[in-house]
Amino acid sequence: MNNVPSLQIKELAFAYPDGNQALFGVNLTINKGERVALLGPNGAGKTTLVLHMNGIHPTMQGEVRIAGELVDGKNKETLKQIRAKVGIVFQDPDDQLFMPTVGEDVAFGPYNMGIRGEELQRVVDEALTQVGMLEFRDRPPHHLSFGQRRRVAVATVLAMKPEILVMDEPSSNLDPASRRELADIVRSLDVTIVMVTHDLPYALELCERSVILSGGIIVADSSTRAILSNAELLASHRLELPVGFTLS
Amino acid sequence: MAHLLPSHLKILAVLAFISVSVSTPITRWPAFIAFFLLLVATAYASKIPLLMLFKRALIEIPFIFFAILMPFFGTGEKFEIAGIELYREGLLAGTSIVVKGTLGVLAAVILSTTTTAREILRGLERLKLPAVMVQIASFMLRYVNVISDEMERMKVARESRGFIATGIKHWKVIATSAAALFIRSYERGERVHLAMLSRGFDGNLPTLVTDTVTKKHWISALSVPVLALIFSLLFLVIGW
Repeated sequence: MNNVPSLQIKELAFAYPDGNQALFGVNLTINKGERVALLGPNGAGKTTLVLHMNGIHPTMQGEVRIAGELVDGKNKETLKQIRAKVGIVFQDPDDQLFMPTVGEDVAFGPYNMGIRGEELQRVVDEALTQVGMLEFRDRPPHHLSFGQRRRVAVATVLAMKPEILVMDEPSSNLDPASRRELADIVRSLDVTIVMVTHDLPYALELCERSVILSGGIIVADSSTRAILSNAELLASHRLELPVGFTLS
Repeated sequence: MAHLLPSHLKILAVLAFISVSVSTPITRWPAFIAFFLLLVATAYASKIPLLMLFKRALIEIPFIFFAILMPFFGTGEKFEIAGIELYREGLLAGTSIVVKGTLGVLAAVILSTTTTAREILRGLERLKLPAVMVQIASFMLRYVNVISDEMERMKVARESRGFIATGIKHWKVIATSAAALFIRSYERGERVHLAMLSRGFDGNLPTLVTDTVTKKHWISALSVPVLALIFSLLFLVIGW
């Protein structure tokens, strides 16, 4: 089983109902345990691609496989399993944390997978411990800082023991200390990670490999260092390193 | 005391107490004094300061406003007090509404002071209120802060550009802001739903805590309404 890639996308194309085409044949394979940054300008189709990974957008053309299993938007039973395998951390933690307390929110995913009772309690505690938020279990989310809420949002999907963790702009709106704390957490996780980001130094810090999605196709797929040192490539896809930042 | 009871028992107790007080005729006024003293005793046992209890009960004022007017309008028997003509029927009905309403509000205030909103929802869930209604209420509870923060930010942003609402000519701006807030909340609702689907939502929200209900809980919760019922029947029998 270990050789099966966590994520396998073949020739994926997608157009919105209004005719606006977002993806034009995406090919991407991510192996188990890899951390990959998904880079690209605004409107490149990153979010659309992410929402294909767990079948929120039904596959129109091409195929998506998670750990070998085909994502089929019409098959409700497998879709549930797929959603347990793909943990998406959305950008705004307030969208993700909708239950009255942190603990209940973390329990939401595992509960939907049929876990109950003490086992549920254990899974929740374990996930909160992984992000260092166990002591906040019985607190309502709106009393937490933004960085803490982002960490709880990560815990809500970790509790589902995902095959692949997808993070949408994990470093956005974080103060530098929260940003570093989140990086430490990401490094400590033993799971395949796809990180959608505009924060190129963050990608360099955390991801060995990067892909650039632009205009609905993958235009570059290489080591993060190689991609970030290619100024011409970056510029042609509206990506820029922060002023004064140099690859050492 | 009341802090420790499971919330669904408290809700039942409040409902039972209100039912007893509503079904007691207002003419048996000693019963109502007994009811009031029962509530005061409950508040005392729950360590709620009486002043706070009465302050919070002021919320009923707009609701009893019309009841206060009732003695002045009506038909039938009338009598005069200090030169003002009052109708007997109206006076009784008005007093009944004010007294029973006040007792109900006081009981509800004791409930809400000793129970968090979250606990009340959980209690309603255990009392088999339809899950959808409990869910809607719990989402409201979760997002009321998020949305009021958003509203506050919009207000600050408006004022930072020199807008201060002073009169009717500014209503258009306020209305536009309200509409923008609605759209934003609606879109947030869609994003929340997306996040829920991504974690396998299929219509059921989890419940984590299931506290056990002992006989002692039942006795202590039902003591107030049962005592109220006894007083009500007692004054009926002795015919005060």
